[in-house]
Amino acid sequence: MGLSIEDITYVYDSDTAMAVNALNHITTTIPDDQFIGLIGHTGSGKSTFVQMLNGLLAPTTGRILYNGEDIHGDGYDRKQLHANVGLVFQYPEHQLFEQDVITDVMFGPKNLGKNEEEARQAAEEALSRVGLSSEYYKSSPFDLSGGQKRRAAIAGVLAMHPKILILDEPTAGLDPRGRDEILNLIRKMKEEMKMTIVLVSHSMDDVANYVERIMVMNSGQIALDGTPNEVFAHVEELESMGLAAPQITYIMRHLKDLGMDVDTTPLTIEEAAKEILSALKGH
Amino acid sequence: MGIAKMIQTLHLTHDYEVQDEEGNITDRVRAIDDVSLDVVRGSFIAVLGHNGSGKSTLAKHLNALLYPTEGQVLVDGMDTLDDSQLWNIRQEAGMVFQNPDNQIIGQVVEEDVGFGPENLGVPTDEIWNRVNEALEAVEMTAFRKKSPNRLSGGQKQRVSIAGVIAMRPKCIILDEPTAMLDPSGRAEVIRTARKLNENEGITIILITHYMEEAIYADHIFVMDRGKVAMQGTPREVFSRVDEMKALHLDVPQVTLLAHELRQKGLDIPEGILTGEELGLALTGQKEALAAAMKQGKITSWDFR
Repeated sequence: MGLSIEDITYVYDSDTAMAVNALNHITTTIPDDQFIGLIGHTGSGKSTFVQMLNGLLAPTTGRILYNGEDIHGDGYDRKQLHANVGLVFQYPEHQLFEQDVITDVMFGPKNLGKNEEEARQAAEEALSRVGLSSEYYKSSPFDLSGGQKRRAAIAGVLAMHPKILILDEPTAGLDPRGRDEILNLIRKMKEEMKMTIVLVSHSMDDVANYVERIMVMNSGQIALDGTPNEVFAHVEELESMGLAAPQITYIMRHLKDLGMDVDTTPLTIEEAAKEILSALKGH
Repeated sequence: MGIAKMIQTLHLTHDYEVQDEEGNITDRVRAIDDVSLDVVRGSFIAVLGHNGSGKSTLAKHLNALLYPTEGQVLVDGMDTLDDSQLWNIRQEAGMVFQNPDNQIIGQVVEEDVGFGPENLGVPTDEIWNRVNEALEAVEMTAFRKKSPNRLSGGQKQRVSIAGVIAMRPKCIILDEPTAMLDPSGRAEVIRTARKLNENEGITIILITHYMEEAIYADHIFVMDRGKVAMQGTPREVFSRVDEMKALHLDVPQVTLLAHELRQKGLDIPEGILTGEELGLALTGQKEALAAAMKQGKITSWDFR
């Protein structure tokens, strides 16, 4: 069933003159087994929104249901919610703190009440999913490379077996290789574990290449919601929101402006090359 | 002032020391290995390379945040090992880092931007002129009275850049300045860098993972394992798609698309850098394309 978000608002510092309306009447659903990209300029409300989704912040008005239950209802087990809806913060490697990798990843499951044996099993499985083999279990998290640290941090959330995994800019600061590794890893996890992924990203190219649904936030609202093709057809609207379309979209639009008979919807190099070749052959 | 080289490194080598718990040096890691390069005054330079290639270490040498293990770094002719020139070097070669949170100190935006010139002893009226200009250049004028704490990451980064601009540097080193920014923030930073380079003649050294940002450079250095692995104009460097991939780097999307079409048998040259150039190639305007590709710097195609 996933998450239903029912007309939520969130006001920061509501009791002061500085009150800011961070979320403004959002209604949507985050179903099971979907790969979602969440985009929006800095300050659009994305971070506030994702913190709502796993109960770290409570809405000022409106409610959020997980599998039909109000997550801020009386007696609701929010610890379990943090496990079901996992949140990987930006630069998650800054939150590694245990003396070795395996202990760090075991922290989450143990916190959920799993015994040593169960926690270890969950941690080993999570580490293997992110591609860190047993030779790293006893390493200090600080001796890992940047990309490895980030994967260890993702494993820490994965070990709690989330049904929905939210990643806030998981590729920030990584080089092209590190970026591709992390994104391919996320895609593989999604396919194998049938999870819902919410990928918060500033890279339109990454979002275009990986997700099946894009939600666009602007001024605390969901301004656009659809498939990458649908959303990236609104180039001017995206630009007015401080966003952009993928590079390929701009190239195809330019070719069309020159009078070439091309469709502007391709989002990947392969699709674009195919479209150009077929246009040159006169379809 | 007559020196044509803004920055020069001569056999620059940098070793990081690895220490054990007692502080004994157990190992040395060579981050930069005998690098000699020149940055021409007034040029726009991009430095590419994967994480750990040595590019950030190199950047820190360019305004004397690190000192050579061996070799020499000259900034506008001043040796970074010469302590008496330290503040001149840092005023002439300003640095902007990836994370703006570590760079902002003022309680109010305009105060933060004015801090640098105030520290240099610039008269008050002149400080305000510089603050106004600098905030305008980064499109943050509307936020001048705000507390930096209330700004988003992208806005903070623009304030950091304004702080450097207010120092009136001859050279700005930007170490992955857009890594944490949204698309419009990125576009504004890149436009600002190009504008400062073109209009004010400020030398720009841009370290980035985004290949699309590097097409505006006069010259690119590609770092790998502490050495300059490739260098040349953007067109020269990005023409070598397979070598770039071997270094785990990208080329711009349009360059890759042109490369793909060429492999499918279309008559398109390597090293296409903009959508405009691809358009000329695909519509058979060979002469216009050749002229466009002969031109040095990319000036038309807008960064997005």
